[in-house]
Amino acid sequence: MFEALSGKLTGVFERLRRRGALNETDVMEALREVRLALLDADVALPVVKDFIAKVRERAVGQEVLDSVSPGQQVVKIVNDVMVEALGGAGAVGLNLNAPAPIPILMVGLQGSGKTTTSGKIALRLSQRLRRKVLLASLDTQRPAAQLQLQQLAERAGVGSLPIVAGQTPLQIAARAMETARREVYDVVILDTAGRLSIDAALMEEVKQIRFATNPAETLLVVDAMTGQDAVNTAKAFNDAVGVTGIVMTRMDGDARGGAALSMRAVTGAPIKLTGSGEKLDALEDFHPERVAGRILGMGDVVGLVERAAETIDQAEAEKLARKMAKGTFDLEDFAAQLKQITKMGSLSSILGMLPGAAKLQQQIGDANLDQKMLRRQAAIISSMTAKERRTPDIIKASRKKRIAAGSGTTVQDVNRLLKQFDDMSGMMKRMNKLGQKGLMRHGLSALMPGGRRPF
Amino acid sequence: MALGSFFSKLKQGLSRSTQKLSESIGAVFTRRKLDEDALAELEDLLIAADLGTAVAARVIASFRRSRFGKEVTDQEIRQALAEEIADILRPAARPLAIDPTLKPHVVLVVGVNGTGKTTTIGKLAQQYREQSLRPMLVAGDTFRAAAVEQLQVWGQRTDATVVTAPPNSDAAGLAFDGLTRARAEGADVLLIDTAGRLHNKAALMEELRKIIRVLRKQDPAAPHSVLLVLDATTGQNALQQVNVFKEMVDVTGLVVTKLDGSARGGIVVALAEEFGLPVHAVGVGEQAGDLRPFDPDEFARGLVGT
Repeated sequence: MFEALSGKLTGVFERLRRRGALNETDVMEALREVRLALLDADVALPVVKDFIAKVRERAVGQEVLDSVSPGQQVVKIVNDVMVEALGGAGAVGLNLNAPAPIPILMVGLQGSGKTTTSGKIALRLSQRLRRKVLLASLDTQRPAAQLQLQQLAERAGVGSLPIVAGQTPLQIAARAMETARREVYDVVILDTAGRLSIDAALMEEVKQIRFATNPAETLLVVDAMTGQDAVNTAKAFNDAVGVTGIVMTRMDGDARGGAALSMRAVTGAPIKLTGSGEKLDALEDFHPERVAGRILGMGDVVGLVERAAETIDQAEAEKLARKMAKGTFDLEDFAAQLKQITKMGSLSSILGMLPGAAKLQQQIGDANLDQKMLRRQAAIISSMTAKERRTPDIIKASRKKRIAAGSGTTVQDVNRLLKQFDDMSGMMKRMNKLGQKGLMRHGLSALMPGGRRPF
Repeated sequence: MALGSFFSKLKQGLSRSTQKLSESIGAVFTRRKLDEDALAELEDLLIAADLGTAVAARVIASFRRSRFGKEVTDQEIRQALAEEIADILRPAARPLAIDPTLKPHVVLVVGVNGTGKTTTIGKLAQQYREQSLRPMLVAGDTFRAAAVEQLQVWGQRTDATVVTAPPNSDAAGLAFDGLTRARAEGADVLLIDTAGRLHNKAALMEELRKIIRVLRKQDPAAPHSVLLVLDATTGQNALQQVNVFKEMVDVTGLVVTKLDGSARGGIVVALAEEFGLPVHAVGVGEQAGDLRPFDPDEFARGLVGT
């Protein structure tokens, strides 16, 4: 989600790493680059200034040790300040400490993703926490908005407030709370119409709704692509209704996501959740330390491991790992691995979590490599005989033709897969030699043929 | 619609968005002459308006050449800045011209999620109605919940036929049917809505290309226009959006929405410089009449507050 910023900062710090001891000029130069990178990443200007000032203060005051790389020292300071700015370590969950029915109020600009996010939160609360959730749309502005939420409620398998035409948002809110009390709901999610922060009448309306329902959470929904205006929007909503949490949507895009820093700085409210897709289960906790790591090009390894743990068949993974270690990894295993990866989500979203993989991810995006391609590769391997899968070397021209025909692909596709498998086996051998420690230290680049940095 | 009310509405929308910028410029330049510090602050102000670091630097470089060290009044700075920005924007101000002989002129509307595609189509339909053209709408967002119903409401408001298909059906097939129907019924404009998609999702972008391929089976020149709808609150990522959409589906023009908010829309300047694509219209509200032609001088003056 923050690839571009990661890329830029990685570049800055690479330069620092290569030098010897750091002097103040170096720090200042690096910080100028950091400033530009943050601005290009849409972090709002006042927030950037504060950030840079904090880093400078800490960097200059600190004694530069000769023994460790000075670049690393600055990286650590920048990272620490970034984590703090994003809210400190750990994810902050939704506050559900209130008597049922607990109202959750959703606010934000038009098109930020409030309605979809409402559906996602409803699904999460009902599935993970077994809460009985009622969805109520107070959006009387946009055509069919209420119908949209009703359809999402059906998909999520939660209740939705029956639509009554002609009611004002305030009346709908009152009816929602009443219905929830009568029908014993645990949580009521009030999805409001999108409104501009400068629209006095609509801001007054949402204030009244907030006053009438006294929500346990007032969530500001923000598009990760938002630019400098993030500060104005955050301030206006915070002043009007007192934001208790932020949800960043469209984190699956390639926006640099600087709005996250801006929003957090202006409201002081934690970023609680992130949306990363259109499906109702594409909602994740926000972990400041991980996102800071990604911003600084260190990757979200924890996130990757967690995602893997949730989806990957443990026994199967261990079997694969043993085979990798022994160097007896064959096409059969490759197919099994493809299946695991397909389960974990799109390849590009997985790569985004790996250290130093930001550019690689972009290349993959450019090359159109995604789920479809993985499926095609699985088909190719399925069209091979058991012997061919174990000893791919025997696959020559006529076998290739047969495999291509069997899998509905071309000989070129088969060649590409075999080449990829070859590269991968090579990579595994290098990985074994390097060991886990080496991988963490050098990132993906250590795995590239010839040890060359590909990016 | 009287011209006066149009300007006042646009200005009303733009003024709030630029209030802060113009206030700050005033604060900076009534006090001192144009030295390095003043230039740096001016550059910051442009950056804070979403112009981006590169474009802001370019504008400032030009200022440094011509005005460095001079005693300048607030008014002079504003005018010069407006001129500088208007110069960049002027080539982009081209309205979307509908060719009535095409019957129909096919307009494909694309963009990322939540930028205002459906609302823009509703507003366009209204405009064409007022011009005595016959619009027909295709509810091509078969994915998002209630997207079809949203467009149907606009169809009723503008008395335009809305071609629909059941949820999750193939958008390309629906577009094809829409074109067939528009030809048979002699519609002047066919506005095709599409599901919002992030530009970095290759499979979804491929779907858009498929819509175009299928349309071309009936009319090799279709779609005659491909509109990318951009949200004015978008930051620097808009450059990447335009870049990818342009490459994948040959975008012919932009519509910039939500300019009535506090977002300053400075990214439009960066886009004009980078891509030179026409900005056909700007959205300044949720009502049918709130889609305006893009006026670069007005926009630039509004941005700097003259």
